[in-house]
Amino acid sequence: MIYVTRKIEFAAAHFYHNPDFSPEENRRIFGKCNNPQGHGHNYVLEVTVAGEPDPATGMVLDLKELKDILHREIIERMDHRHLNYEVPELAGRIPTTENIAAMIWQVLAPKITRGRLHRVRLYETPDLFVDCYGDGR
Amino acid sequence: MKLELHRRYRFSAAHRLWSPRFTGTENRQLYGKCANPYGHGHNYTLDVAVTGPVDPSTGMIANLADVDAFVQREVLEVFDHRNLNTEVPAFRDRVPTAENLCVEIFARLKRFPGARLVSVRLEETGFNSFEYQGDSQGGLS
Repeated sequence: MIYVTRKIEFAAAHFYHNPDFSPEENRRIFGKCNNPQGHGHNYVLEVTVAGEPDPATGMVLDLKELKDILHREIIERMDHRHLNYEVPELAGRIPTTENIAAMIWQVLAPKITRGRLHRVRLYETPDLFVDCYGDGR
Repeated sequence: MKLELHRRYRFSAAHRLWSPRFTGTENRQLYGKCANPYGHGHNYTLDVAVTGPVDPSTGMIANLADVDAFVQREVLEVFDHRNLNTEVPAFRDRVPTAENLCVEIFARLKRFPGARLVSVRLEETGFNSFEYQGDSQGGLS
C-alpha cells in the first residue's frame, strides 16, 4: 500500500459559540475563541490517499486530479470565508478543528475514486491539528 | 468518525546517556558524544494525541485548555529546563534516551481524565523523532 499526501492552505474566520450555553458558560468553555467578532487562521490541510500504484502509470492517482478536487471542494468552499456563516456543511455545528476535519472527510471521501481516502490532517496552527480517519485506522 | 486531536509542546532539557550496566569503554562506544561526562541538551518537541467522541455541545474531543494544563503540570513543569538524569526521579536509574522519555511521558499523560491518550511523539532534534502508543510490554528499560 502506498500513501500519497497533498497539502493545501486556506484562510478562514470563525468563532465558537453554543446558543444552549449562557454567555458565562460560553466564555468559560471557549475562552478567547468565543469572541463574537470572530478571528481567523491559516489552515493547512494534508489529504492522504491510500492505494496500489497502477502498473500502467506507476501512480496511485493523478495528483493533478487530486489538486483539482481539493481546489473545487475545499478552496472554493472555505478559503477566505467565515466558517460560521458561509459554509453550509458546518451549519449548526461549532467550527472546531474536530468538526471541520470531519466535514472535510465527508466532502472528500466520495470524490476520491482512485485509491481510498486514508487520512485528513487539518492544522489550525502549527501546534494544533486533528487527524480524521473516517471509520478506519 | 475516528478523530485524533494533536497538540505540540516544547521543552528544553539536559541529559547524558550512560548506563551503569556497561563499562566506560562500552558506554563511549555505544552512546558516542551523548556519553560525554558533563551532559548536553536538546530542544524537545512533544506531540500529544488524544481521541474520543466529539462532544456535540462543544464540538471538541477535549478542551484544549484542560489538555494544556495537564501537560504543563505532568510534563513541562517536570522536564523543562531540568537535568533529566539528576532531577527527574524516573531517570535516576534509567537512561534518559528519547525512547525512555516517550514511555515516561506516556505513563504520565495516560491519566488525563478528559480523553483517551493515543500516542506521544517526541522530536529530540529536527532530524529524529520517537513515537510511543502505549503498547510496549516491558515499559521503561
